[in-house]
Amino acid sequence: MSALGELGSLRGKKPVGQKKDNLAGYLFLAPWLLGLFLITIGPMVASLYLSFTDYNLIQAPKWIGLENFSRMLSDERLHNSLRVTFTYVFVSVPLQLTIALLLAVVLDRGVRGMAFYRSVFYLPSLLGSSVAIAILWRQVFGTTGLLNQVLDVIGIHGKGWISDPSTALGTLVVLNVWTFGSPMVIFLAGLRQIPTMYYEAASVDGAGVLRRFVSITLPLLTPIIFFNLVLQIIHAFQSFTQAFVVSGGSGGPSDSTMFFTLYLYDRGFGNFDMGYASAMAWFLLVIIGVFTAANFFASKYWVFYDD
Amino acid sequence: MTTETLRTTVTAGRTGVITWARIRPLVIHVLLAGSALVMLYPVIWMVVSSLRPGNEIFRDPGILVKDLRIENYRVGWHALTEPFTRYLLNSAVVVLGSIIGNLVSCSMAAYAFARLEFRGKKFWFAIMLLSIMLPIHVVIVPQYILFSNLGWINTVLPLIVPKLLATDAFFVFLMVQFIRGIPRELDEAARIDGCGKASIFLRIILPLMVPALATTTIFTFIWTWNDFFSQLIYLTDPHMYTVPVALRSFVDATSESSWGSMFAMSVVSLVPVFLAFLVGQRFLIKGIATTGIK
Repeated sequence: MSALGELGSLRGKKPVGQKKDNLAGYLFLAPWLLGLFLITIGPMVASLYLSFTDYNLIQAPKWIGLENFSRMLSDERLHNSLRVTFTYVFVSVPLQLTIALLLAVVLDRGVRGMAFYRSVFYLPSLLGSSVAIAILWRQVFGTTGLLNQVLDVIGIHGKGWISDPSTALGTLVVLNVWTFGSPMVIFLAGLRQIPTMYYEAASVDGAGVLRRFVSITLPLLTPIIFFNLVLQIIHAFQSFTQAFVVSGGSGGPSDSTMFFTLYLYDRGFGNFDMGYASAMAWFLLVIIGVFTAANFFASKYWVFYDD
Repeated sequence: MTTETLRTTVTAGRTGVITWARIRPLVIHVLLAGSALVMLYPVIWMVVSSLRPGNEIFRDPGILVKDLRIENYRVGWHALTEPFTRYLLNSAVVVLGSIIGNLVSCSMAAYAFARLEFRGKKFWFAIMLLSIMLPIHVVIVPQYILFSNLGWINTVLPLIVPKLLATDAFFVFLMVQFIRGIPRELDEAARIDGCGKASIFLRIILPLMVPALATTTIFTFIWTWNDFFSQLIYLTDPHMYTVPVALRSFVDATSESSWGSMFAMSVVSLVPVFLAFLVGQRFLIKGIATTGIK
């Protein structure tokens, strides 16, 4: 069961009538608990406090109330970074998942060499987050890059895809779509769970390939689609490396690849405007939380659990 | 399906007519192989280009090499403040520390969650699951302040110590899932033979959860090797740079002429990931299929 499924089913379980071993339990949990408080919850509380202060690492934090938040309301660059991030998330994630689903369905139909194709399609997911691939992307979509060299062969004169503000974000979308392999593997595992008798029964009733896909595969796969959607949206909101390296750390040209995370880095670690950066971080958490909650809420209407 | 194929084969064999059902597998293979090639082409091209003399990168979109040159590698290796060996070693230290940290701390927490009954278990388990989804940005600023007060900036400690404290909660979850599949009778038998909780963990559970430990090792290896954000923040001294940070400083320092050596070092940085993929793909695929981690 996935982490999301677990979370949903936690309430229902009844405790097993077993002797408690509190001491052993907490001893084994000690490193994790220590990490939880020192590395996660402590810093979370601290960053919440810092978000109400003006802090530059050198002087002590100065309490300024809601000023960071009202500054966010009028910060044009921040608004732009939100636009860029939303565009990225809501264009690349659906594209990525659609391709992942289509290929998973094709591979699941007993293609010979399935394991080989699965590996090949999965490989980019492992490479995609590296600086090396971002460097490659910088070259491929550059003015004299691989793409334009190939286009030249067929007589098209391409432009500098990364230096043009209207296409720079597109190259990052392509990069995210390129890593469709890991949702694809999750889809494949989900498809394995669908009993073949459903398909056999449908065939007997005269259902064609498309009909079987729409009436059996899709509904039974909705929990997995939902899971991938939640995960990839959370992931895409936090995207950083690729935009940072491809734009040479600037989020340019003209802030067209300035993700929210890049702007946060720029404020916090470029300008040591730690209070503002903390406020931004909490804002990001709220955005991700709202979208995840909305996803869960909407799931009631389209996710089908076959119990 | 079988009858369909049979019928087609029979018909085709009798009349020699090419039917859709007969060529469909071929069409699918061509499409799959084609898309696989398109996907991997840029990477293959990068490897090939790194073995060509300097400016070819901007001229030759093909992947045929006439003469193999390793000069890009020689130049690239020494293009930055330190030889690339140094960055590889720094990365290796971070990766190794992270692997050990994750294996020890996550397996302990997982054992507690999967096998021990203690007060507040459900609550902590829910917190653990939630923490998987927490964006690093929310904690990075105070973490940075904490580690800089401890004097840990430009050391590997901020990158390794959190792993010793099981902050990579996905692996806790992955291991919990795995331990749940180990029959409880084994614990019970060991308990009757006089084993305590610790020795059940060490002698029964750990040896049986080797596949989960392998998955954790490989994922930790690849993620830590590729990790950029935290290494960028904590390592600002060129002597301490890890491979991704060094590569990125290469981007800043380059003119067009050094793209060849930048490609060469990029290829070098991808080799360990590729090897880990070859060795561990069984565990990787299993790992994401069961927990849905990236």
